[in-house]
Amino acid sequence: MPRVALTPEAADVLRGLRADHGDLMFHQSGGCCDGSAPMCYPLGEFRTGASDVHLGDLAVDSFVVPVWMSASQFEYWSHTHLTIDVVPGRGSGFSLEAPLGVRFLVRSRLLTDEEL
Amino acid sequence: MAKYAAPGQPDSVVTFRDRYDHFIGGEYVPPAKGQYFSNPSPVTGEDFTEIARGTAEDVERALDAAHGAARAWGRTSVAERANVLNRIADRMEANLEKLAVAETWENGKAVRETLAADLPLAIDHFRYFAGAIRAQEGGISQIDEDLVAYHFHEPLGVVAQIIPWNFPILMAVWKLAPALAAGNAVVLKPAEQTPASIHVLMELIADLLPPGVVNIVNGFGVEAGKPLASSRRVAKVAFTGETTTGRLIMQYASENIIPVTLELGGKSPNVFFNDVAAQKDAFYDKALEGFTMFALNQGEVCTCPSRALVQSDIYDQFMADAVERTKAVKQGHPLDTETMIGAQASNDQLEKILSYIDIGKQEGARVLTGGERADLGGELSGGYYVTPTVFEGDNKMRIFQEEIFGPVVSVARFADYDDAIKTANDTLYGLGAGVWSRDGGTAYRAGRDIQAGRVWVNNYHAYPAHAAFGGYKQSGIGRENHRMMLDHYQQTKNLLISYSQNAQGFF
Repeated sequence: MPRVALTPEAADVLRGLRADHGDLMFHQSGGCCDGSAPMCYPLGEFRTGASDVHLGDLAVDSFVVPVWMSASQFEYWSHTHLTIDVVPGRGSGFSLEAPLGVRFLVRSRLLTDEEL
Repeated sequence: MAKYAAPGQPDSVVTFRDRYDHFIGGEYVPPAKGQYFSNPSPVTGEDFTEIARGTAEDVERALDAAHGAARAWGRTSVAERANVLNRIADRMEANLEKLAVAETWENGKAVRETLAADLPLAIDHFRYFAGAIRAQEGGISQIDEDLVAYHFHEPLGVVAQIIPWNFPILMAVWKLAPALAAGNAVVLKPAEQTPASIHVLMELIADLLPPGVVNIVNGFGVEAGKPLASSRRVAKVAFTGETTTGRLIMQYASENIIPVTLELGGKSPNVFFNDVAAQKDAFYDKALEGFTMFALNQGEVCTCPSRALVQSDIYDQFMADAVERTKAVKQGHPLDTETMIGAQASNDQLEKILSYIDIGKQEGARVLTGGERADLGGELSGGYYVTPTVFEGDNKMRIFQEEIFGPVVSVARFADYDDAIKTANDTLYGLGAGVWSRDGGTAYRAGRDIQAGRVWVNNYHAYPAHAAFGGYKQSGIGRENHRMMLDHYQQTKNLLISYSQNAQGFF
């Protein structure tokens, strides 16, 4: 059951980032300031571990971008489906897209009974 | 009522430069790669200056300057360092309006807050640490008759500080004051959303500091923050922000085996016990104001009381009064001194808040007031404004669990004391909390039972220096705003001295 998806606009940004930085990953952040937003890194830059959940892989053309979240946060998010979108913005944290003047953003919907 | 002229107008109390370079080694230095990025004001959405887009080369240059200055600065007397901090405070005080208007234009917050809170607190913070470092003592421990342990405080050397955008000047000062008091040199990276106001401050105080003691490198997190946080040339990293970047900074620090202090936000419960409504008096009015504190600084506070828990038997009346109080929050031009809530700090922040209002509605939470973007008309139409929003729902909903960082509070009922504490602690975070009760015993017990580093009892959003501030659980590591922060910027040197003339007896 897919938990994550991507808008075409966000996929375009990922294509450009992959050309510049190689394989990519997302880790969904929590907490203040730029929290509650997905962070995009070169694959392996952010070390995931036993305290993380792999939500799924986003397919863009011939490459995939894995999406992770901390397991404790997932307990509160598990009933929702996440679509990674992109909006004009000024960046945050060490996420790769910031210098492009855009910011990844999560849009959520409730999972249906069939999906759960 | 008064309204300050916007920066750029002839009668404004502050003028931004057209461009800000990095501040390195006591002077302004263009970025190595020659690139700049534009900086909009959230008030109007219009660009008002451009900022150096720093890279690893600029970070290295700043680290060179800091290392050049650290040794001499660390050896100055505490009286000398305290004097510098006091002079900075005096200079800021003499320019309070200028700094307050700059901060409002930069961040979007209402000028009544920068005038009454951000800047006075920042000024006091320098004075507090000027006093704290003068009063700090090392230790002498007599181990036995001839063996004595002396404990000295020594600076760490060169430290990195990464500043958030919600209080660009105050949060920089929370980190600068203890670091400088302790004798460290600093390389500081402001948030890319709010990079300019710190330079208005820096220009005012640059002559008070030896060159290289404070260096400011601007730029994006990935291009300037990462090389700074991962540098082998820093002895400590201080960061305020969110959990994923916090973990990444800890990861870099683990590679260099250096300490970090982290402040990573919260989802702070504000708990109203039923005796609050026993009388409709001044205290009841204060409690209603305490509820409304979620809108302070547009909700862009790590300790925003974004979950209100109200006891069931007073719920209906209390919430009717609380919603009325929320509706009375004046939204308007941030430079108008009557305005209580200004603009969100950036477009992406605005979008994120709106996305949470959307998921809140999907999850079945009920909007009691607000719940939409506000268009304030005229030049403000391009700015980033959200109406103060009150949701009613359940603590399991995502709007109760995630930091929205906007003027949004999620409200739920509780039946009794145990229910209140259980719900209050049902969160990943533990930075702030509020407890409201006329009963001292209830207030005390709740304050102790809630797992958070700061529990306000019968008040909220006060940040006096000398009251420790920091998180339990996933809200971070370390305590700012208190002299104990000095420990986070100091090494302990132990000299263990034998005064005996006799061999120790092993060989």
